[in-house]
Amino acid sequence: MSLARLAWSYLAARPLLTLLHVLLLALGMATLVFLLLFTSQAQQRLERDAKGIDLVVGAKGSPLQLILSSIYHADIPTGNIPLEEAQALAKNRLVATAVPLSLGDAFRGHRIVGTDEQFFKLYGATLARGTMFAGEMEAVLGSETARRTGLDVGATFAGAHGLALASASEHADHPYKVTGVLAPTGTAVDRLVLTSLESVWEVHGGHGAPAGGREITALLLRYASPIAALQLPRLVNSTTSMQAASPAYESARLMNLVGAGVDTLRVFALVLMAGAALSVFIALTTALEERRHDLALLRVLGARPSALVALVAAEGMTLVVAGAILGLILGHGAAQAFGSLLAGPDRWPVTGWAWESGEAWLLLGATLLGAVTCLLPAYLAYRRDPAALLLRR
Amino acid sequence: MLEIRGLRHEYGGRTVLDVPAWEVAAGEASLVLGPSGSGKSTLLGVISGLLTPTAGEVRVAGENVPALPAARRDAYRARHVGIVLQTLHLIAVVSVRENLRLAQRLAGHAVDDARIDAVLDGLGIAALAARRARELSLGEAQRVAIARAVVNRPALLLADEPTSALDDANCGKAIALLQEQARACGAALVVATHDHRIRARFTRELAL
Repeated sequence: MSLARLAWSYLAARPLLTLLHVLLLALGMATLVFLLLFTSQAQQRLERDAKGIDLVVGAKGSPLQLILSSIYHADIPTGNIPLEEAQALAKNRLVATAVPLSLGDAFRGHRIVGTDEQFFKLYGATLARGTMFAGEMEAVLGSETARRTGLDVGATFAGAHGLALASASEHADHPYKVTGVLAPTGTAVDRLVLTSLESVWEVHGGHGAPAGGREITALLLRYASPIAALQLPRLVNSTTSMQAASPAYESARLMNLVGAGVDTLRVFALVLMAGAALSVFIALTTALEERRHDLALLRVLGARPSALVALVAAEGMTLVVAGAILGLILGHGAAQAFGSLLAGPDRWPVTGWAWESGEAWLLLGATLLGAVTCLLPAYLAYRRDPAALLLRR
Repeated sequence: MLEIRGLRHEYGGRTVLDVPAWEVAAGEASLVLGPSGSGKSTLLGVISGLLTPTAGEVRVAGENVPALPAARRDAYRARHVGIVLQTLHLIAVVSVRENLRLAQRLAGHAVDDARIDAVLDGLGIAALAARRARELSLGEAQRVAIARAVVNRPALLLADEPTSALDDANCGKAIALLQEQARACGAALVVATHDHRIRARFTRELAL
C-alpha cells in the first residue's frame, strides 16, 4: 500500500464530504470556464464579423444600433439612406471599397440582405454548391440558413416583411429562387440570405424608381488611407444626412456593457471557488486533528516527515484537481447546452467544442489555490511529534 | 543486539530516564518494569529512534541510534524495529492486509503478500486479512498489531504495555504470542509494563 493509495482510502472513507468538496470546486470552476468560453467566443465573433470594415454609414440614429443591424445582423436598422448620396460617398478618394447593404425582409428569421459581389470578397465567402445570384429574385443561402431551413439549390421561398421570426405579411407574390449555398465562414454571413440590391427593390417598390429615388440601408466602408479615419467620419456626420459609426468603437462599447454582467458572474464564481477552497482547508485541518495518531503511527513505521506532507498534499490536491477537471467538463457542457438551447437565426452560436488558452491558466490557478489550501495542513503534518503515540502527548 | 551505556533523558528540566548500562542479546526476551511515569515509554522511544536522549549511547546491531541523522534513524526504525503500541493503533480506514503492506512499503520493501499471509497465519488470524481494521475486536486488533510489528522481520521487537487491557487468560496468551513471534524472526524482545502478572514469564528484567 502506497501513501497515494492511503490518501485515496481516506477520501473514500468519507464519500459524501469528498463529493461535496469536488462539486463545490467544480461549480466555481465550471462558471469560470463557461464565462471564459462565452466571452472569448463572443469577442472572436465580434472581431470576425467586423473584420475588414473600418466604417459603417447608414441612417442617423444610434451608432450601436447601426453597427448591430448592419454587421452583426442582430438589431433593426436605423432607417434607409438615399442611394445617390451613398454612391457619391463611395466615390470619395478616402474610400477604398464600399459594400452596399439593403435590409428589411427575412425568411424564417434569416435576414435577406441585398448587396453586390464585393460583399462576398469582404467576408471571404465562397460557394459550396450552385451558382451566384445573377438575375432578379435569385438568392444565395448562408450555410446555417440552408441547414436550418432545409432549402437547397433550386428551391423557392418567399420573404416576410420585417426581421422578426414570425412576421405576418409575406411577400408571397415575389418568391426567391435559390441558386447557390455558401461554404461556412464562421461569421454572421452563415445565417443570412443574400441577393442583389435590385431584388430587394423589386420586392418593395416594383419596377421603376420611386419618387424619392432608390434607397439602401447601409454602406460598409474600408479606408483608403489612415487619414480617412480622421476625416471620413466627420465628413459623413456633418455634411450629409447619414451617420458614420466605427465597428471597433461600438463593439468595444458593447463588450463593456456585456462585460459588467460577466464581471459580476466572475466575482460570484471566484467567491464560490474561494468558499470551496476554504471548505477543503477546514476539512483537511480537522481531518488531520482526527488523524494525528495515524500520522504519528506512520512515523513510527518509518515514514519521513516529507512523506506525511506528501500524504496530506495528495489528499488535498486530489480533491482540487478532480474538482477542476470536473469543472472544465461541466463548463464546456454548459456552454454546449447553452449554445444549442438558445441557438437561433438571430443569436450568436456558443459551442463547448472549443478550447481557450485561458483554460490552462484557470487549471494552473486552481492547482495553485489547492497548493495554498494544503500548505498549513501539510505543515502541521510535518511538525507532528513522532513519539506522540508512545508518550500519549 | 541491544546495548545501552550511560543513557539519560531530561524532559521539562527533570530527569525522566536514567539507565547507566543494559544489554539484551539477540533472541533474548526482557521486561522493562516500572510504575506509570517511570520512563518505560521514553526508553522505548529512545531505542526506536523516535526520541533523541539528552545523553548516552543506544547501540542496536552495532549502530549508535541517537547519533544517526534523522533520515537514517527513520529508515533504521522501519527496517530493524517492530513496535506494538499500547493503543495498538491500526489505520482504521483500510484492511488488515493493507495495514501490513503499509509497514512493508514504509520499510522500503516490496509488498510481499506471501509473507503477510504467513505472519497472519502464524498468529491465527489469516481469515481477517480483508477485514477493515475498525471492525476488529480488541483481541484481533492486538494480533494484527503484533503481525504488523514482525512483518519486516525486525531485529528488535518492542511492546508497550501489551497486557494492560487484557484479563488474566488473554494476558498470558498475548505474552506467549510476542515471545513466539520474536523467536520466529530471531528478534530481541523488550516488553515495557507495569503489569506484575507477566513477571514470571521473563528471565530478565530492567526495573525503572
